[in-house]
Amino acid sequence: MDRRVAPDGGRLFLERLGVPLDPAIDDKTGSLNKMKRFLLSAVAALAIIAAGPASADPKQGGAAVITFNNDLTTLDPAIGYDWQNWSVIKSIFDGLMDYKPGTTELTPDLAESYTISDDGQTYTFKLRDGIKFHNGRALKAADIKYSIERAINPATQSPGGGFFGSIKGYDDMVGDKKATELSGISAPDDKTVVITLTRPDATFLHVMAINFAFVVPKEEVDKYGADFGKHPVGTGAFKFVDWVAGQKLELERNADYYKKGVPYLDKLSFEFGQDPTVAVLRLKKGEIDIVGDGIPPAQFTELLNDPTTKDLIVAGDQLQTVYVTMNVKTPPLDNLKVRQAINMAINKDRIVRIINNRAVTANQVLPKGMPGYDKDYAGYAYDPAAAKKLLADAGLKDGFSTELYAMNVDPNPRIAQAIQQDLAAVGIKADIKSLAQAEVIAAGGNGTAPMVWSGGMAWIDDYPDPSDFYGPILGCAGAVEGGWNWSKYCNQGLDQRAAEADAMVTAAQQAARAEKWKGIFADVMKDAPWVPVFSETRYTFHSARLGGDAILFTDPIHLPVNYDYIFAKDAQ
Amino acid sequence: MMRYLAKRLTAAGIILVGISVITFCLIFLVPADPISMIAGRNATAETRAQIRHQLGLDRPLPVQYGDYVVRLAQGDLGRSYAQKTQVSELIRARLPATLLLMAAGIVAELVIGLPAGIYAATRRGEAVDRGVMMLSFIGISAPQFIVGLLLLYLFAYMVGWFPLSGYGGISHLVLPAITLGIAGGGTYSRLMRSQMLDVLRQDYIRTARAKGLPERTVLLTHALRNAVLPVIAQVGYDMGFLITNAVIVESVFGWPGIGQLMWQQGIQRLDYPIIMGVTITAALFIVLGSLIADLIVPLIDPRIRLR
Repeated sequence: MDRRVAPDGGRLFLERLGVPLDPAIDDKTGSLNKMKRFLLSAVAALAIIAAGPASADPKQGGAAVITFNNDLTTLDPAIGYDWQNWSVIKSIFDGLMDYKPGTTELTPDLAESYTISDDGQTYTFKLRDGIKFHNGRALKAADIKYSIERAINPATQSPGGGFFGSIKGYDDMVGDKKATELSGISAPDDKTVVITLTRPDATFLHVMAINFAFVVPKEEVDKYGADFGKHPVGTGAFKFVDWVAGQKLELERNADYYKKGVPYLDKLSFEFGQDPTVAVLRLKKGEIDIVGDGIPPAQFTELLNDPTTKDLIVAGDQLQTVYVTMNVKTPPLDNLKVRQAINMAINKDRIVRIINNRAVTANQVLPKGMPGYDKDYAGYAYDPAAAKKLLADAGLKDGFSTELYAMNVDPNPRIAQAIQQDLAAVGIKADIKSLAQAEVIAAGGNGTAPMVWSGGMAWIDDYPDPSDFYGPILGCAGAVEGGWNWSKYCNQGLDQRAAEADAMVTAAQQAARAEKWKGIFADVMKDAPWVPVFSETRYTFHSARLGGDAILFTDPIHLPVNYDYIFAKDAQ
Repeated sequence: MMRYLAKRLTAAGIILVGISVITFCLIFLVPADPISMIAGRNATAETRAQIRHQLGLDRPLPVQYGDYVVRLAQGDLGRSYAQKTQVSELIRARLPATLLLMAAGIVAELVIGLPAGIYAATRRGEAVDRGVMMLSFIGISAPQFIVGLLLLYLFAYMVGWFPLSGYGGISHLVLPAITLGIAGGGTYSRLMRSQMLDVLRQDYIRTARAKGLPERTVLLTHALRNAVLPVIAQVGYDMGFLITNAVIVESVFGWPGIGQLMWQQGIQRLDYPIIMGVTITAALFIVLGSLIADLIVPLIDPRIRLR
């Protein structure tokens, strides 16, 4: 039997959907009641079955077809940075580090082992034996050095070069000196890579697991030049076969992959240009296996209630927070009381209902599941009366006018309207500016937007570490022109504490580090530059013939699906 | 004839230059920065400046435009910002599918629209006439997304006569072509009807009938030939129009056309080279389509001389 709920049972499944399990704290709307009743009965049934035998054993063989609406941009690990190509690249390439499947736990990948020097600034990685590129050549330590240098080199135009900022010699490569080599990485022999940092960096191992650090063979990059992204060659579980632009991408199993038995599937095909509504029909007919874009909102309730499909939908959390930013440099939002009032004026439960409960409300910056998340943190309660009082204390008892920017793709305009209504209830008149995504990002980046609803452009983790949710979006470095810190919030004291937290490198310090980040984010919320609203729940709809642990279909790192570990139940 | 061709081609060249200038200026006026799409959200100001310099976006606009035109003359449409692939390659890959859909769409529009228009003209004022005009009105107004999805659901999902979206042979082409045909057929039927009504009032039609010719000959041999000229002009325009404007049909049916390329990869990602490349390609086809239509006209009506 395949378990369609998370390994720890139905309770977590319900919690993930934001359903309150205590009947006393019931929501007043009928729709939630119906959903809750349905889910409780489903869970009761599943709880009985879940006590039974474990999921079927993975079989070798078979193929899977995944559809996407948009074509993949590129498969070059140094350049690909959107949610679609992120995990396809993870299946074609490898890096020194990776995460255990379905978890956010680091584990060595191409590296067999590593040691960290006492001062935390030198990492020595020992490479595994027997790793080959898809073109047959054996992996050498020099390839790692080449790949990381390539990501940093400005000529590559990589969006991820900045992640390597703590490696010695980084500034020489990107600054005026235009060094062609990174002095902080050396390959003393074919199996050893030594990386020296300018400061101890607790996020460094995460950076070694990110796509931009994946290994590419120099000879293939030289051969294809800028077209390497269309002819990827790596060391990963799947090998590139063919890509007809705009139509189909074919990958096949890498028989020489160092992890024995993985991947389970022989073939992986991606079809592009497929509208998700049509893809759902095709899945029901058995033509495809996964709707890559997720379930269209219009069909969500229907699919969840249909007995033939409801067991094929897997729900999972994302390391993502969607929030409203308030520009702390623009009056009257520069007044702390005003920002706190806005935090208390917004009805987050109502907003989650607008999107069919496909999210969990958020009361802090970090999403659930991120180390440093504080489950005991209370945040700002929904209290319009208290909000009005705060505004009066700030000398604005008659309210004020402001603008709220939002992306013009559904459901964001509807959510913006809900926020507008909530603000109007406390006397704040918010004019909605519903624009294309790039324009909202530009308005946030150059500081012209007083308030931005980040739906559609929300912050999702680059790697599962709290530091990633601070620097670019709440730190002083991101508060510049064009930066992603749209509230232009800059607290030098917190920046200092963040740097100290990121210097806590040893295993013994990790618990203290998580506490330190909890404190930092609690203090951020005291300054209220944001209103955290919700974390979206991801839903993956897959065919009955695909097997694998539920978490693989909503893997927090390999979005949306971990292609390496799913298998076909009807493989011969 | 040759002089006419030369004149038209020169005019076409000027039009294309004008369109390229206007598009170039318009995309730079958009208040959004393509660099932030390429550089990603973690980029420092330094990285952004580097990328801006790499792409030559820090040069003055006229210099950038001049450079673009020089490369355009050599057939180089530049490389996509997001994908780093040659834009000409991206367009070339989708051209066969686009042309196929365009041809099928035009055939469907004519097959649906012309007979309806002729029939309505012959039964002018009666219920049939009003019925046909109302249907054509619905056809023009109905959102292509809904029509397409409905056809898919009924004929591909429920009864399985056709494949559920995708690019392939005739069976894949039928439903998208019919969707385009319903939308465009409305226009053609109204055009045909008004042209036929005009022609049917003419004296030579009365003469033909007086000669005792069967009504079918009167309609199809005499009236149609005179009424069809504006339809030809419309077909010529449609040939260019459908290159990029079948984007909704392409999205519903998973047809890898240039319209989808423009919308998904060009406009949504602010990928200037793709936007410029597809706009110029579309303009080229529209100009060529009109030219072909104008060259066919004298074959139908010998009184018209090309000057």
